[in-house]
Amino acid sequence: MPSAWPCSTYYSDRGPRLARERQLLITGGTVVDQSGSRRADVLVKGDAIAAVEGGRVLRAPAGADVLDASGCVVAPGLVDLHAHLREPGAEEAETIETGSRAAALGGYTAVVAMPNTSPPADSAAVVRQVLQLANGACCEVLPAGTITVGREGRVLAPMAELAALGVKIFSDDGSGVQDAGLMRRAMEYASALGVVIADHCEDASLVGSGVVNEGAISSALGLPGRPAVSEEVMVLRDIALAHVTGARLHLLHLSAATSVAAVRAAKASGVAVSAEVTPHHLALTEDNLAAYSTAFKVNPPLRTFTDMMALRGGLGDGTLDVVATDHAPHPEEAKDTSMCEAAPGMLGLETALAVVFSELNFPLERVLAAMSWVPARIGGIAGQGGPVTPGSPANLCVIDLARRWVVQPGKLASRSRNTPFAGRELLGKVRHTVFAGEPVVVAEEAQR
Amino acid sequence: MSGRHLLGVRDLGAEGIGEVLRLAETFEEVGRRPIPRVPALRGKTVVSAFFEDSTRTRLSFELAAKRLSADVSTFSSSSSSLNKGESLRDTVLTIEAMGVDAFVVRHACAGVPAQVAGWLSGDASVLNAGDGAHEHPTQALLDCFTLVRERRRRFGTVAAGEAVFAGLQVAIVGDIRHSRVARSCLFAFTALGASVTFVAPPTLLPPSLDGWPAEVSHDLDDVLPKCDVAYLLRLQNERMEGQYLPSLREYTATYGLTAERARLLGPSALVMHPGPIRRGVELAAEVADGPASLVTSQVASGVAVRMAVLYLLLGSGAPIGA
Repeated sequence: MPSAWPCSTYYSDRGPRLARERQLLITGGTVVDQSGSRRADVLVKGDAIAAVEGGRVLRAPAGADVLDASGCVVAPGLVDLHAHLREPGAEEAETIETGSRAAALGGYTAVVAMPNTSPPADSAAVVRQVLQLANGACCEVLPAGTITVGREGRVLAPMAELAALGVKIFSDDGSGVQDAGLMRRAMEYASALGVVIADHCEDASLVGSGVVNEGAISSALGLPGRPAVSEEVMVLRDIALAHVTGARLHLLHLSAATSVAAVRAAKASGVAVSAEVTPHHLALTEDNLAAYSTAFKVNPPLRTFTDMMALRGGLGDGTLDVVATDHAPHPEEAKDTSMCEAAPGMLGLETALAVVFSELNFPLERVLAAMSWVPARIGGIAGQGGPVTPGSPANLCVIDLARRWVVQPGKLASRSRNTPFAGRELLGKVRHTVFAGEPVVVAEEAQR
Repeated sequence: MSGRHLLGVRDLGAEGIGEVLRLAETFEEVGRRPIPRVPALRGKTVVSAFFEDSTRTRLSFELAAKRLSADVSTFSSSSSSLNKGESLRDTVLTIEAMGVDAFVVRHACAGVPAQVAGWLSGDASVLNAGDGAHEHPTQALLDCFTLVRERRRRFGTVAAGEAVFAGLQVAIVGDIRHSRVARSCLFAFTALGASVTFVAPPTLLPPSLDGWPAEVSHDLDDVLPKCDVAYLLRLQNERMEGQYLPSLREYTATYGLTAERARLLGPSALVMHPGPIRRGVELAAEVADGPASLVTSQVASGVAVRMAVLYLLLGSGAPIGA
């Protein structure tokens, strides 16, 4: 990477976080990472893992903090490729501080902050601002950059300059890049930078003013629909463009069965494409909209049971690589209005793991792969996603899989309350989260 | 009628519709009195909360409430604080706090009356006066009332009230996709025993008709000779042209009830339209003003039917008689 840009070494400049070296012992848990599952205690010194010991119980060194992990899984911290932290510009909905606290409570140690802020992250100035705010956050916050200036789909954003600041993912998320010619050039340009082009696939001309999935429910409710085919055509277009440009394409929050089929075929033919799915598309359907509840309004919309099952199948067979939250906080007034005017999106960071674990009958390792080491690899996020081995950065989460809890919007750490899972009982909760050696969540409580 | 609100015809069933129609007959008589007013809702407050432009429906509701001696206030979004960033929920709760017994709600987005009903903390009623492309229940009720009265008047149908619908063939023609009237009429007419055929180009049909009790046709000339009622819908807006249809000219040629095409109707067939009519587009002027047309009669039914609905939801028990 050329370093003609100022502050190009931002990430590597940060240095050790703590003046005094902290020691932390995580005892009694079962370590699960990409190399499998084993009973082991984990000793953390400073910001790195010092020992992972399965044969005997480790004794806490003098002055060390001890985190009880008995009955729990000790896993690499979760990695979210897709969250809206709203800063700068919509701090009434979320800030990097509150969003990262929510993330830590959900087990995340790294979160990609989507660039549709106000102003959007289409310039070095905004990216630097986010990086600066990220310095005090409860987890690693990695700014994504826009593909086009102002997310307007007309002029390419300064991708090389932003990549030099460490930006790895570019997206106009909130909407897709509508112009195929521009998207082709964005992919060509990005392919030389080694960055990922992440698209929100919805063809605006097919979506129109739609607010819910088009079909029997939208017709019965009398609401304008967003058809599944609007996603499918853009998925197919992007795959074709990735094929000819050689760009790394990541498809955001897929929602339709037809899109899963398109990605499956693309992967079989060797296109460099990855895809994500959200907990809400895995766990909810359009049926939830029957009472005109704006909490369930999201883009792309919740679709049919058939779509939901196809998404689960796609995650199960690896067609869909990643579970990403699309955490989208909104203040109450943005949701306390008509379906047509209500803001699309829902919270995700604090409930994602539990929703996926509760609703899907997947092996834990598959869930953790899709929520930790696979997204870390796709996002090029060094030091995240394990493995849990001596010398690795200490980014860990401790999960109590037997813990039942009820989602209470008022108790969430996010500044907003727009969870679609309010009142739902979930299985599995993050007990502790360790970020760069610091216990940021202990016994389900944020430490700062 | 059971329940506190009138959100859709779908919730009423044949029994509920019949109850409204019978009571509306009484109130129609009230309208013919020298002083067309009864004390039935004295002391009650009705707010018409119209977040979308309307003349006839708002006027009709307000007249109905006044003839029942209710206090009536009007709220329209242009004069509201919605422009000042207040949420819809806050607006509704603010009005509720002033002490309101009924909200008559119209909104361009489907579902708002149901949302308002969910937000209220007290026991005020919500009456849907049209929400997006969802429902317009009082329009369908007044259409039922009009059909009963007119068929009885014209053909001396012996059957009491709503029984005139049994076996009736109704064609609903035009922009079904964007029409709340089409949905409410479909559920009302079929609940009472009629058969309904939607006649429209595929672009003007809802994306899905799964579970709807309607036949579909794209050939008006084929349907007209078989129908007892031709119910024409207004083309919803000007964007229609070029997007959903090549041109109004082509629409009129294929789906308009022109004078020539009206000759395909049987001798006893009736023509309806919820208004306002785009004369010469969906309905020729000579047909709208002709002997088969119930258009004026539909408007006249509105007040009596809305009195019946208000009375059933809010009735204080005071007598209807003078």
